[in-house]
Amino acid sequence: MVGGAPALRLRGIGKSFGESRVLEDVSLEVAPGEVVGLVGENGAGKSTLMRILFGMPIIRETGGYQGSVEVAGQEVRFRSPFDALDAGIGMVHQEFSLLPGFTAAENILLNREPLRRSALDEVFGERLSLLDRAAMEARARRSIERLGVPLDPAMLVKEMPVGHRQFTEIARELGREGLRLLVLDEPTAVLTESEAATLLGRLRALAAEGVAMIFISHRLGEVLSLCQRVAVLRDGRLVQDLPAGRTSVRGLAAAMVGREMAAATGAEPRTFPAGEPLLEVEGLWVDMPGETVRDATFSVARGEILGIGGLAGQGKLGIPNGLMGLHPAGGRVRYRGRPLPLGEPRAALEAGLAFVSEDRRGVGLLLDEGIDWNVAFGAMQVQGACLRPLLGGLLQWRSDAAMASLAAGYVKELEIRCTGVRQKAGTLSGGNQQKVCLARAFALSPELLLVAEPTRGIDVGAKELVLAALRRLNRERGTTIVVVSSELHELRSLCDRIAIVYEGRIAGHLPASAALEELGLLMAGAATAPPPEAR
Amino acid sequence: MSGARRLLAEFGLPRVIIALFLLGLFAAAPLVGVSLAASLSDTVVRFGMNGILVLALVPMIQSGCGLNFGLPLGVLAGLLGATLSIEIGLTGPGGFAAAAGISLGFAALFGLGYGVLLNRVKGGEMMIATYVGFASVMFMCMAWLVLPYRSPTMIWGFGGEGLRTTISVEGFWLRVLDDFLSVRIGEEFRFPTGLLLAFGAAAALVWGFFRLRVGTAMTAAGQNPVYARAAGVDVDRMRTLSVVLSTMLGALGILAFQQSFGFIQLYQGPFYMAFPAVAAILIGGASVSRASLVHVLVGTFLFQGILTMTPSVINSVVKADMSDVVRVIVSNGMILYALTRRPAEGR
Repeated sequence: MVGGAPALRLRGIGKSFGESRVLEDVSLEVAPGEVVGLVGENGAGKSTLMRILFGMPIIRETGGYQGSVEVAGQEVRFRSPFDALDAGIGMVHQEFSLLPGFTAAENILLNREPLRRSALDEVFGERLSLLDRAAMEARARRSIERLGVPLDPAMLVKEMPVGHRQFTEIARELGREGLRLLVLDEPTAVLTESEAATLLGRLRALAAEGVAMIFISHRLGEVLSLCQRVAVLRDGRLVQDLPAGRTSVRGLAAAMVGREMAAATGAEPRTFPAGEPLLEVEGLWVDMPGETVRDATFSVARGEILGIGGLAGQGKLGIPNGLMGLHPAGGRVRYRGRPLPLGEPRAALEAGLAFVSEDRRGVGLLLDEGIDWNVAFGAMQVQGACLRPLLGGLLQWRSDAAMASLAAGYVKELEIRCTGVRQKAGTLSGGNQQKVCLARAFALSPELLLVAEPTRGIDVGAKELVLAALRRLNRERGTTIVVVSSELHELRSLCDRIAIVYEGRIAGHLPASAALEELGLLMAGAATAPPPEAR
Repeated sequence: MSGARRLLAEFGLPRVIIALFLLGLFAAAPLVGVSLAASLSDTVVRFGMNGILVLALVPMIQSGCGLNFGLPLGVLAGLLGATLSIEIGLTGPGGFAAAAGISLGFAALFGLGYGVLLNRVKGGEMMIATYVGFASVMFMCMAWLVLPYRSPTMIWGFGGEGLRTTISVEGFWLRVLDDFLSVRIGEEFRFPTGLLLAFGAAAALVWGFFRLRVGTAMTAAGQNPVYARAAGVDVDRMRTLSVVLSTMLGALGILAFQQSFGFIQLYQGPFYMAFPAVAAILIGGASVSRASLVHVLVGTFLFQGILTMTPSVINSVVKADMSDVVRVIVSNGMILYALTRRPAEGR
């Protein structure tokens, strides 16, 4: 539309947080009116890139970035998101940044309200002007009409369905004057299919008016149908930047997960006798904030290691948390052929399940107690370990010596680096804390162990130890294990089968030897239900 | 040097300052003509009198319910037990035992309701506890007037109805604990063996409780409720149990206090009972989320020592009644100090 300078030009962007390099030499151009898709796995660097673009303070606080950002041909270095807004960049966030107690109109025009002069502002200035409610509503209505959705400007945000909140947020960005570039971070994640279709249609129309867009989404079908070009980030590098017509959902998925890794082999295949599975889950829903499970159905054979993968927020973490009763859940779960009550951690523990939580410091540990307490506590409470009966069993006395020796055994077995079993768990390193969490679960001698993100945030050496310990538990003690992890490579090396969760449902099962590309497709939701306009 | 510094860090600066202050008061006592032996005797007796009330704070701190500012509720249960025992007309150790038995029943009942309430206000326990304490005292102010007590030693002489503000326990169970096996050393020092034994027994029970499976679960529930829940512990039940225990200990605590003090103080008497106890355990080194018996013993001794020594020593120096001022500054200052050191929620 407007020839000449691109709306946005990123040149050689690099960024590290301390030791870890999260972006490396990323260059990207967006022409006016062009829609560029940006895809990548969690942790690929998408969010960091957008934070740099918006001048988020965290970037400056952690040492700034390399490379340059140009908006409409002018090099900029934003010091705060306000500078970015002034330069005509709008952002629609993944988490809503709306005031729940305000109406749609108030939110759309927040801090840009049309004012009416009052007597007071002659003296005190603009801060005491009155809001021009009628003009506000009219302007909000114009923004909403531009978006083409039935949205009531007078409705309170907190009373809106979630899709309408998303539209309000987008309308707010559209209401800004001089909007040049709009960044949309997962705008369709909370929308129904028809809402998403409406939104995509409106975005196309906006692009035709000359607004450039960066569209971040894990729904690859949508990305391909909306965008003219799609850029793929992997491990902080821009690995692919092709016109939409020259790539496909499959091609994108492969680029996201890394084609060269596809040769890596999974664990050798094992077969498990058919017959009654140890755990059968049917229609499981779990109301875990940010990890909602909607309708998961799967089963686990006795002695197998099942991996559960998927992108963040798709619900993979909700599955073990729901099974253990840590979040409200429902559905039909049968364990050893008997129904397993949901919502009662104790019932699950007594049935023979154990759980290593992804939230080590929050759920997994007593930070102010020693390793001995942390390891023995669960077994003591559920199975009466480390207790001595007093007065003919009326009282159950804690045996510190038994706790210490139990803990000492695991310190040795799992190579927990500590000054002794009395060392407080809060003072251990992340990897050793994780080992303590594993020891706590092992101490229960579970028949079925659920492990969530066992290697998140721990160093390579500890990672190997943790994975080896899990494998040993499975091979030597015959414990059935369900591992939930964001790391596909890890799942492939450890598990017999991998289930991928997408939008709260199991999108499919694959053997661990399946091509990484296949897994990537499932993770992106492309293999289940492509949105109506995917073609 | 580093050894001394570590000791200081472990013992805590506030405790060192207060201990030095107390030591100074003892040292100054003979210089201003106050008997050291009598002072020491008083300190020991007051230590025993208040000990169980301070001990009563431990279960709730350990279970994560914070400082029990609602201690007056337990005190009220104790007052009910004491007055009912006198109403029945029991005297001596039997009367005291009856008072204790009745008190424990009321305390268990009150504690149950109080515990259920605190489970609904998680995060704001201490504020709600303060209101529970104040409100229950005011409610009982009315109740004392209308309850059908008949014993002439307790009701108002002129109207013939309603309890007096102060009731003497003389002739019933005055000093039953203090005088049990008590030892007199010299002219002015009496060692209240029975009182300290009672305190010791209560402390041993609390210690033992926290060594049981259920006590361990309670500690874990206080440290990290999510962890405890994931390990199969019913956190709400643990909290309720801790409140019941705390209220029952509070009831016993006030009885131990009264038999030594000689009077049952009704109406607004229990109003500020929680504050000195809270100040004492905090001086002892407890935090809002962690308390041990050492904290109880050290804190009660330091706090009661100061309360005993300031009136006699300071007043003879400055010739003005400063003791109450010092008491209020120390106790409220200590509570304030402890609340500012409360660890951030959620970490």
